[in-house]
Amino acid sequence: MDAIFLQILNGLDKGGAYALIALGLTLVFGTLGVVNFAHGAIFMMGAFCAVTLEKLLTLSVKVKDESVTFFDAYKETPYLELWFGDTGTAIIDWSVPLSIILAIPVMLLIGIVMERFLIRHFYKRPHAEQILVTFGLAIVLQEVVKAAFGANPIPQGAPDIVSGSAAVGALFGLGEAVVYPWWRLIYLAFSLMTIGLVFSFLHFTTYGMVVRAGMADRETVELLGINIERRFTIVFGIAAVVAGLAGVMYTPVLPPDYHLGMDFLVLSFVVVVVGGMGSLPGAVAAGFLLGILQSFSSMTEVKDIFPGIDQIIIYLVAVVILLTRPRGLMGRRGVMES
Amino acid sequence: MSETKLIGNVSRRTILKGSAATTGAALIGGTFPMHFIKNAHAQTFRGDPGSAASVKLGFNVPQTGPYADEGADELRAYQLAVKHINGEGDGGMLNTMKPLELKGNGILGKKVEFVTGDTQTKSDAARASAKRMIEKDNVAMVTGGSSSGVAIAVQGLCQEMGVIFMAGLTHSNDTTGKDKKRYGFRHFFNAYMSGQAIAPVLLDEYGNERRAYHLTADYTWGWTQEESIKAATENIGWETVNTVRTPVGAGDFSQYITPVLNSGADVLILNHYGKDMVNSLTQAVQFGLRDKQVNGKNFEIVVPLYSRLMAQGAGEAAKGILGTTNWHWSLTDAGSQAFVKSFGQEYGFPPSQAAHTCYVQTLLYANACEMAGTFAPWEVIKQLEGFEFDGAGNGPTLYRAEDHQCFKDVLVVRGKENPQSNFDLLEVVKNVPRAQVEYPADMFGGELGPYQV
Repeated sequence: MDAIFLQILNGLDKGGAYALIALGLTLVFGTLGVVNFAHGAIFMMGAFCAVTLEKLLTLSVKVKDESVTFFDAYKETPYLELWFGDTGTAIIDWSVPLSIILAIPVMLLIGIVMERFLIRHFYKRPHAEQILVTFGLAIVLQEVVKAAFGANPIPQGAPDIVSGSAAVGALFGLGEAVVYPWWRLIYLAFSLMTIGLVFSFLHFTTYGMVVRAGMADRETVELLGINIERRFTIVFGIAAVVAGLAGVMYTPVLPPDYHLGMDFLVLSFVVVVVGGMGSLPGAVAAGFLLGILQSFSSMTEVKDIFPGIDQIIIYLVAVVILLTRPRGLMGRRGVMES
Repeated sequence: MSETKLIGNVSRRTILKGSAATTGAALIGGTFPMHFIKNAHAQTFRGDPGSAASVKLGFNVPQTGPYADEGADELRAYQLAVKHINGEGDGGMLNTMKPLELKGNGILGKKVEFVTGDTQTKSDAARASAKRMIEKDNVAMVTGGSSSGVAIAVQGLCQEMGVIFMAGLTHSNDTTGKDKKRYGFRHFFNAYMSGQAIAPVLLDEYGNERRAYHLTADYTWGWTQEESIKAATENIGWETVNTVRTPVGAGDFSQYITPVLNSGADVLILNHYGKDMVNSLTQAVQFGLRDKQVNGKNFEIVVPLYSRLMAQGAGEAAKGILGTTNWHWSLTDAGSQAFVKSFGQEYGFPPSQAAHTCYVQTLLYANACEMAGTFAPWEVIKQLEGFEFDGAGNGPTLYRAEDHQCFKDVLVVRGKENPQSNFDLLEVVKNVPRAQVEYPADMFGGELGPYQV
């Protein structure tokens, strides 16, 4: 029972990350009709917003370690600690949550620039060309990050107060050994909140309503004299912010490196396809579903019966869905169907 | 007219004779296509610099992909080795290694040049790159690697092509065990040695009543390390609760870590390397494993194969964690000091263990050619087999003839709690003597294969 409870939590947590990335992907596909293979790179850029802020906050006075003679080794003390003492230490400790403030404008800007200067020119081109150009862009972005930060992962700590584990087992009347990291619980809450915000934006604001109308029937909306293209640019920016924030918040779980985006890209495409291309609730539902399936398939009890199932489960589900229901779980009738 | 005809007849016959002869030679020589090589005769070999003024070596390292930083460090070491062999710079280990016939004038009087390739840490890419170096650049030796899967694949190719492969960082028992090759040599230590070296330290620190849970990278290196560490820890009385294989590059390991919480285990052994190790260790610490008390003991995490670059990636999570390493820059013997000095002055930071093994491998190959008086690989191999040397950083070392594995001291290290500097991440807990990590040559099976291919 304890094990199942923990695997559900793992699945929800993983699902949260998948859903956040897939949400942006499917939003862009639904509005602009673009298959954006650079979306994983945007997630990675978000993570590196956190790395950049941490590097800025920990700019340090370097004192040479005299015991090392053949090269220069330094003991580093951040300026913030020197100037503000404990307050400075606390600021550095909170660098990941603080990165959110930096990441929102930066990711919005990156998204808008990407859409205006590159992706816009590919709206009317076939999907294959969109995939090629966005994949190329993803490679460029990751090589830029590698040149700046190296290939090694860069650790990012969660704030001290939430770096331990919560005794969730006691809350649900389970064993004492049932604990779960605070930061992962926060990540889950954060993903649910972000998903809620995006849905509220699309459903309860006039702006969102127009965007949804544009998704359903672009031509009519344009005939009404609304500049839908500009709104879609903003939607692209929002998709970038959602993926970027997902990246920022994921850094304490997975020390980021330049390849982080590619690791998630294929998975999130599978999520979108399973959920239904262009369907927002589909992306969220499929994200959580696949997350939970992946977690359960990794249990020893399951692997004993189906060895290696944990490595293929996601693709197996995708194959079954594509064979039996090509439009995905919640896809619109006719999309991706002949 | 008749003269032309005669010439025509003669030349046609000559061609027929010639091709019959070369085909025969090719059949005798197995797969070695001698008739494609200039001045072919029975003693020709690939990579022969002939009368050229220089000889080329092929450095095949990961320049892209997850091990790109380690690959970059290996490349730095190779370039430094080439400099020293050619008599430039301060000479590094040329001043400390004994016996050594290198004179600082290249190899056999020929200046050393090199070409580089990118393995991408993928077996097929690594083989393609090694093949290009051998066929197009005519390299006399191929070296490099940051993964056992890749090293074994390239070693196999080198055996087929008759070019010596001096393995870089590869830790699987298979490299010099069931997949050993006459043309492949490994200076780096292996999983079995890690197990033998760390077990007594684990016994000292954590006692003999422990229950271990293994998470293992699902490929050749992971499997052999799990096997070796399991055997070594069971030897000191530990019980193995479970061994779980994890996909390489899983990213999030939570679904593999949570079952540990309830398993009754009090030690988690991470048979992961590189990014996998950084991720699984970081996440295991987040799950509070290190703050846990199980069976009345503190829960412990062990990372049998450790490196400074990995400790850097794992940050705080690596502090206090025990593991083994082939070499560390803080060693104070003359060979290590000479190398750290050269490397530090050239690049401004200390070399990694990967850099060290690559540097030593290059010198060892160069020296063996010098001893053999030829680049002919079968002669060079005979010089390397059973070669005993000292002054390269791990005490007296033997290149065992039977399996081409180096035997030398192994380090047990711990992630440092209070680093004195940005490079001071590991502390050496114990320098384990060579005798403790030796094993019979036939323990892991395998066949070396022929000297001439």
